[in-house]
Amino acid sequence: MSTLVGTTAAELARLLAAREVSSVEVTRAHLDRIAEVDGEIHAHLRTAAAEALAAAERVDAARSRGEGLPLLAGVPISVKDNVVTRGLETTAGSRILEGWIPPYDATVVTRLRAAGMPILGKTNLDEFAMGSSTEHSAFGPTRNPWDTGRIPGGSGGGSAAAVASLQAPLAIGSDTGGSIRQPGAVTGTVGVKPTYGGVSRYGLIALASSLDQIGPVARTVEDAALLHEVLAGHDPLDSTSLDAPVPSFSAAVRDADVAGMRIGVVRELGGEGYQEGVRASFETALGLLADAGAEIVEVSCPSFDYALAAYYLILPAEASSNLARFDGMRFGLRIEPSDGPVTAERVMAATRGAGFGDEVKRRIILGTHALSAGYFDAYYGSAQKVRTLIQRDFAAAFERADVLVSPTAPTTAFRFGEKLDDPLAMYLNDIATIPANLAGTPGMSLPSGVSEDGLPVGFQVLAPAHEDERMYRVSGVLERLLEERWGGRLLDVHGVNGGAR
Amino acid sequence: MRVAALARIELTEAEIDRLAGELDVIASAVARVSEVATPDVPATSHPVPMSNVMRDDVPVTPLPVADVLAAAPDARDGQFGVPQILEEDA
Repeated sequence: MSTLVGTTAAELARLLAAREVSSVEVTRAHLDRIAEVDGEIHAHLRTAAAEALAAAERVDAARSRGEGLPLLAGVPISVKDNVVTRGLETTAGSRILEGWIPPYDATVVTRLRAAGMPILGKTNLDEFAMGSSTEHSAFGPTRNPWDTGRIPGGSGGGSAAAVASLQAPLAIGSDTGGSIRQPGAVTGTVGVKPTYGGVSRYGLIALASSLDQIGPVARTVEDAALLHEVLAGHDPLDSTSLDAPVPSFSAAVRDADVAGMRIGVVRELGGEGYQEGVRASFETALGLLADAGAEIVEVSCPSFDYALAAYYLILPAEASSNLARFDGMRFGLRIEPSDGPVTAERVMAATRGAGFGDEVKRRIILGTHALSAGYFDAYYGSAQKVRTLIQRDFAAAFERADVLVSPTAPTTAFRFGEKLDDPLAMYLNDIATIPANLAGTPGMSLPSGVSEDGLPVGFQVLAPAHEDERMYRVSGVLERLLEERWGGRLLDVHGVNGGAR
Repeated sequence: MRVAALARIELTEAEIDRLAGELDVIASAVARVSEVATPDVPATSHPVPMSNVMRDDVPVTPLPVADVLAAAPDARDGQFGVPQILEEDA
């Protein structure tokens, strides 16, 4: 294994700028790593080796001509397969899109290309990002590099496992209810959900439009910040994109200090239902922040108890509408009914029956039911009111604290199949991450250690909308203090090596 | 199942049996939102307050027709080819 593999994006950027390595060498090292370990991990659905190396060559040529280049130019990255890439198959983990070659790039992909970042390939996910384990991918699950008998989280388990098993220094994720943060937690990596609208969603295959947010996946807080700076900023192609200047998130990490900061522990996001080792790891991290001068306060957000229920009405309702576009008419799969007349409506039903997996069918039907006449007010209308209550709870909590913290997920990585037959048990994984999506506030997860079962635990930091910098500050300090305690990075200390521990 | 028909998803008998049971459990679990959704609470549809977003109407070059049709299940004469859409009930 090349030493370039496992090097942070920040360090790779420094080596590239100093011309100590070329982007072709860095990109090839990661492609080799994918070839070496991804047969077992299955983080990528496909790679784009030739295109990645060609992009790397262009960066190297520009650098040798002395052109000024963006900071991360030449650093390769993997992209979640619900983000469209021109000329590179994009499936969202679904049979219904198998073989689809998008004719355009998502805005974040345009930005990666402009930043000179070679795209290694597309990462696995639960079908249309519906799930917490990647077990709902139509193309088979991704395995957790810490224990290949366990899930890597979801929906973005592919992106998280790719960075955890050193196949890529960085990856793109999307977070609708925790799909960046929960995989980060269970793989010992860093995942960030920016403020709603902070990163353009043009070209993200929509799941629930009032909740979806693209964000960075990385191994360190600083790397996440550097990627966030590449992705962030206004995009006229996304009407929900925020038109505000992007601060330096990486400066917030480097100059991080929590002295005098008020850190709020959310009473409802802990205690009963949270694994003992998860709680212990959380308490240890909290103690380190207190020792560094932060004031720890307890806050209560009583409406969070209703967040999961509201989420599983709002998400299916929006998904049932968004996924109506997969009708077998203009792109993707088309299946003709086996008997009877071949009419458009019957082709649509046959195509969707054959092309969608169980979880997608479950959520579309639930959403259609929740939006139907006679149920709308009781279900969707009530869920939107809960959303208001959750926003009020956040507003009151942020009066008393600068950031809020909790464990990212109630348990460490579970075994394959453990929750597959019980949708409600699967949904409970996202209980701590969902409130931020409902309120549009930013959140991130970073590793706080390992539980009694030897598996990683995630620490979640939540900030008010538009204050993403604040969570980078707290995470930057916590990461530094934890690594001093561990004597290095969590993945290195525990020798996580693509399944070969 | 009426809702599956509304959602344009063809289900097998086995799928209908399984999904119906699961959906009953999920629907009763999520129905608890009505416990706190009192009439005095306004609804929120969007996490960040936004009014209409306007921009200048600037002409741009659209995607090439050939690129778009290349991904279609059926295309003829520069158009999508689709199954019969009229007189479906005939």
